[in-house]
Amino acid sequence: MQFLEPAFLQAIVLSVIAASTPLLLAASGELVAERAGVLNLGLEGMMIMGAACGFAGAYFTDSVIVGALAGVLAGVFMSAVFAALTLGLAVNQVAAGLALTIFGIGLSGLIGAGFVGARIETAPHLHLPVLTDIAVIGNIAFGQDAFVYASLALLAGIWWFLYRTRAGLVLRAVGDNHVSAHALGYPVLRIRFWAVLFGGACAGLGGAYLPLAYTPFFIPGMTAGRGWIALALVVFASWLPGRLVIGAYLFGFVTILQLHFQALHVPVPSQFMSSLPYLATVLVLIAISRRRGLAGSATPASLGLVFVPDR
Amino acid sequence: MRPSVVTAAAAAAAASLAALAIVSGATGAEKTADKLKVGFIYLGPVGDMGWTYQHEVGRQGLVKDLGDKIETTYLENVPEGPDAERSIEQLVRSGHKLIFTTSFGYMDQTLKVAKKYPNVHFEHATGYKRDKNMSTYSGRWYESRYIQGQIAGKMSKTGVLGYIVSFPIPEVIMGINATMLGAQSVNPNIKVKIIWVNTWFDPGKEADAAKALLDQGADVIMQHTDSPAAVQVAAARGALAFGQDSDMIKFGPKTQLTSIIDNWAPYYEERVKAELAGKWTSSDTWGGLNSKLVVMAPYTNMPADVKKMAEATEAAIVAGTLHPFKCPVIAQDGKTVECKNGKNLDDDQILSMNFYVKGVDDKMPGK
Repeated sequence: MQFLEPAFLQAIVLSVIAASTPLLLAASGELVAERAGVLNLGLEGMMIMGAACGFAGAYFTDSVIVGALAGVLAGVFMSAVFAALTLGLAVNQVAAGLALTIFGIGLSGLIGAGFVGARIETAPHLHLPVLTDIAVIGNIAFGQDAFVYASLALLAGIWWFLYRTRAGLVLRAVGDNHVSAHALGYPVLRIRFWAVLFGGACAGLGGAYLPLAYTPFFIPGMTAGRGWIALALVVFASWLPGRLVIGAYLFGFVTILQLHFQALHVPVPSQFMSSLPYLATVLVLIAISRRRGLAGSATPASLGLVFVPDR
Repeated sequence: MRPSVVTAAAAAAAASLAALAIVSGATGAEKTADKLKVGFIYLGPVGDMGWTYQHEVGRQGLVKDLGDKIETTYLENVPEGPDAERSIEQLVRSGHKLIFTTSFGYMDQTLKVAKKYPNVHFEHATGYKRDKNMSTYSGRWYESRYIQGQIAGKMSKTGVLGYIVSFPIPEVIMGINATMLGAQSVNPNIKVKIIWVNTWFDPGKEADAAKALLDQGADVIMQHTDSPAAVQVAAARGALAFGQDSDMIKFGPKTQLTSIIDNWAPYYEERVKAELAGKWTSSDTWGGLNSKLVVMAPYTNMPADVKKMAEATEAAIVAGTLHPFKCPVIAQDGKTVECKNGKNLDDDQILSMNFYVKGVDDKMPGK
């Protein structure tokens, strides 16, 4: 059975990691923004802008790092627009987020128009003499590109920030009850502003991963809905950073597995396999809704609500 | 045949994208009263490197050769469905007399507008509904896929081809069958692994599918999806691949064997000249290699004898002495397909193809 051969399993795991990383990056930032009470549906638009600007940066400088930074800045710029609308002008977050996605898809096409057909080198993969050469797991643990390690470090940092620092506690308080947080004297809008910018930076980085490490070219619309999957992931993870890793890799695993199942003639319809992660998201939503009223749900109570300070 | 790229995003954004599309319309020449106005409706952005890009190349060819007599306009990112009707009608109202709608999903909308404006002429790509003032045009891409199959059969060392496909519609099925018949003509034991990605365009997913196929032993990759991702993955892994819609050689200079190129320019010129001469009539064009509507990119990265074979096959198809679906055609279940045209399957049989030929080891989705 081909599935049991170590080299084949390794190939699958490597593909899964590559497919999961952009989702994990984008979803991490969105998780922080949502824990602060801001629902930014513009993830897809911020990602595609990150992809276009990331490619442009790497193309002009031949540097993946500059490309990644350009992607981050593009995401920050987009999220700043969103923040100005929803926090500054108290616009409806759902409408502003959808508008941001449409704006991002259009603007990235304009920026990227000159780069269609151009090529760059992909991000280098780590190679540690002995360690990377360990059979099967060496390449998986010590042979990835910097984005993969960054995404995991980022999530560990977010966990630490949210649960082990005072600032994280305040951020969660703002997301759970902005009126109380405001009454206690916390600057609700300023905290949300920084959370939204952080979300934009992560989405930009996740988008930049696509042309810099995944498929080294830029084509308009190349995110192909990954921003929406990342949004679903945050819900799937029920706003907990630990579950986000599991969710992202589960999404990636199912995506890759169904491709392999097809080529191996495993008699499971590919459409059914593709729908599994979404089915899981629905089940998680049902579970959360049934537990409502009990303690333990991490759903930010003020998520998506507009806040206008009374003074 | 191009259903729109279905993502969650598309559903939410479709309506507004139509509005954007209208803003992004561009004119190809300066406005004068006596010039013929020719309009184009595009499904994707002109920079998609594939389907829409090739139509744009055709439009630019028109501007270059007939720019002093015509004025062209295009609307890009027009979603299939009701929005298309509004966009087509907008072109009519702004004085366009000849309008090309370049995706399968504009069929009913084009027909509806055509009935409303009998004095305007319409050309719809890849559809099958026609009227007095509405023509259809499409390419016989199965001819080029037969050649690709032969090349792949010769070039594969593992004897396993990897095929990435979008949706189980006749256009795609006939491509798989033509490829296999071509491959079997040089290697009767050739095998093909097929992955349905259920999208026309998702570079990441197409790349993942190419990786999966290579991991499972395929060494020549072909695709019926639109991005150059598969060619690029094959290049990174040192395998071989074919491009799609346009020449993708720059994504795999040492990888691409050839590519199917949609060459719309000659057809567009012929139709515009007929319109200018007042001789436009409704017609049904299904052009192949012999009409140059389908063109092969240069044969590269293969030994001289394989190249010679490919050129000979191309010449035979152009001359009409070789038909990819020459009888007898044996279906997957071992039964011989009825030969309605005597020597080969007739056009209706090819256009409605919903069966695999013998040797395709795959179960068609939904069957």
